[in-house]
Amino acid sequence: MSETTAIPEIRARAAEKKSPRGKTFAEHALVQLTIVRFLETLREPEALFWIFAFPILLAAGLGLAFRNKPAEVLKIAATSRAITQSLQREKLLAVQQMDSHDAEEALRTGKIALLAVPGENGAVTYRYDDTNPEGRTARMLADRAVQQAAGRVDPVHASDEILREPGSRYIDFLIPGLIGMNLMGSAIWGMGFTVVDARRKKLLKRLVATPMPKPYFLLAYLLSRILMLVLEVGIVLGFGAWIFHVPVRGSLLSLAAVCLIGSLAFSALGLLLASRARTIEAASGLMNAVMLPMWIASGVFFSAQRFPDVVQPIIKALPLTAAIDALRANMLQGANLVQLGPQMGVLAVWMIVSFVLALKLFRWR
Amino acid sequence: MPAASSNAALRVTGLRKAYQDVVAVNGLDLEVRAGECFGLLGPNGAGKTTTVEICEGLTVPDSGEVELLGMHWSSEAEQLRQRLGIQLQDTQLSEKLTVHETLRLFRSFFDQGPGADEAIALVQLEEKKNSRVGNLSGGQKQRLALACALVGDPDFLFLDEPTTGLDPQARRQLWDLIEQFKSSGRTILLTTHYMDEAERLCERVAIMDNGKQIALGTPRELIASICAEHLVAFSAGAKSQSLDLPALRKISGVRDVRSEKGTVEMQVTELHLAVPALLAELTRQNIPLTELSTHSATLEDVFVSLTGRHLRDE
Ligand SMILES: Nc1ncnc2c1ncn2[C@@H]1O[C@H](COP(=O)(O)OP(=O)(O)OP(=O)(O)O)[C@@H](O)[C@H]1O
Ligand SMILES: [Mg+2]
Repeated sequence: MSETTAIPEIRARAAEKKSPRGKTFAEHALVQLTIVRFLETLREPEALFWIFAFPILLAAGLGLAFRNKPAEVLKIAATSRAITQSLQREKLLAVQQMDSHDAEEALRTGKIALLAVPGENGAVTYRYDDTNPEGRTARMLADRAVQQAAGRVDPVHASDEILREPGSRYIDFLIPGLIGMNLMGSAIWGMGFTVVDARRKKLLKRLVATPMPKPYFLLAYLLSRILMLVLEVGIVLGFGAWIFHVPVRGSLLSLAAVCLIGSLAFSALGLLLASRARTIEAASGLMNAVMLPMWIASGVFFSAQRFPDVVQPIIKALPLTAAIDALRANMLQGANLVQLGPQMGVLAVWMIVSFVLALKLFRWR
Repeated sequence: MPAASSNAALRVTGLRKAYQDVVAVNGLDLEVRAGECFGLLGPNGAGKTTTVEICEGLTVPDSGEVELLGMHWSSEAEQLRQRLGIQLQDTQLSEKLTVHETLRLFRSFFDQGPGADEAIALVQLEEKKNSRVGNLSGGQKQRLALACALVGDPDFLFLDEPTTGLDPQARRQLWDLIEQFKSSGRTILLTTHYMDEAERLCERVAIMDNGKQIALGTPRELIASICAEHLVAFSAGAKSQSLDLPALRKISGVRDVRSEKGTVEMQVTELHLAVPALLAELTRQNIPLTELSTHSATLEDVFVSLTGRHLRDE
């Protein structure tokens, strides 16, 4: 058998081939894995929607719904000309004179909050629904106007000073919450689905059949998250600052540090959650079970302080609580990194423990 | 035999692997010589993939030894990985990447080998270089999988059913590529259901069934081993029940007769004598022929004669 090659020859050839020209940076396995991972995310339209469009739509919707409106003018009606004129003194009331049939109809259908009806001897009767806050407010305003028109003089002079500072509105509270929620969602979903999908398609098995160093694969996921992070935080933050003038009082550098460690912690958690599941269904069940309590308890939409004191230590130990608290402290109170130490610590612990566990538990096939 | 041993690129001894409910590989010995293309044949569930994946270091056997390129998985896994080209039975590469991106990624894992562009040229995918993997045809995907296996310039290539599910033209195209690689003196272990594929590509084949090797040799030797160059098949329609099979066995040149679902198959050494005699015998039994065909014996017939079953259930 002259044409066959003996093993010693093969080994010699391998040794001789093995003086590889140095690889360029872009040819390095870790760089390639990261690039590929990043490209895959960018080419996933649904994922892009959840990462970019969804938080902006949510912020816009909630920002509009809970915007601090200028005190609204309440619509009321009166059935007599005299009372109508008295009520018109109050700028926060829009008074209409109606006949009693129309007025009853308007009150019943909620078109007006209150109806003032003249009684005997110049008395007034207010008809309104006392379970409706607008009705109660209208009652107070209307009565003040009627009494003052009749000559009452207030014993103490009072004046108003109105504050609508950026930083104390609901939207200012909401934007850091949404950024935190987005950090968590995109990291955990982004990790979970792609890892499980690659496992299901045997792509993971194919990769471990190459000389690829296994930790590189997991590291590349974390690194590509950092690239995405710049985009996803930047967009929500930019939107909040531009449309709603949400302040960023702390340094941008410490804000970046919070986002970075937060995203890495969630990514590691995502890897851990995806480390064994073989089907998308199993993985998404697990991911939702882990994320749901945090959506509720970690103070995305309302302050976590509302929960009873006994559970506060647990809530504070959740990664999303730590991330959101740190974001709010930075953006709204201008806290620096030292002041954010406790939250950063919580996130770092989550990151390290999850990543180490994920490496140990990870199923490649 | 030191001479023989230095010539074995892969030696497997006493391999055994059991899953919960089946023994997938049951005491298998194999030797693949350096520079040859060795075929592992067998029906579904024979244990081909399990065997190959143990050799690839992806599955740990319950017992048995694997020596690959003179190395062992326990001590030299890293060097081994650099020397192997692997195509798994059913990997789906990432659909969102292009052909070029995929190969650049795989190339980055290896110390040496052709660049991504060179590998693309090797499998003739130049015009698909910037297409997404998700948009490739089945044959193109298989060629890409082959390129991924070749990108580390391997000394040993594992191909697990490289042409399953492809149309004849795509299969021939892939065969040409595999032959090219073979001609450069490298070693291949290939599994397949297709007998024509094994006959065309493989120097030697082993036939596996239920986790065991049931035959080994060159395709020619194996076909010769059933001592029948030809196969004759006929069917007698409604009359097949009344067929007198023992009488058919007595015809000169007929080695074996089996009847299955109304079709009768005969292994025949001398076609020119057996067919006229068969026709005469059927006329004597007063049985009308509804179908008659003959073909030269193939590895498929070897399998049938060894197990009484067909390789693929069709
Ligand atoms: N991970 C596993 N868990 C349990 N059983 C398995 C596993 N992998 C393979 N088997 C079983 O082992 C047996 C051999 O499977 P294997 O995949 O090696 O067959 P094969 O010859 O490659 O078949 P095919 O031609 O269909 O690819 C089958 O009965 C299969 O069901
Ligand atoms: Mg198989």
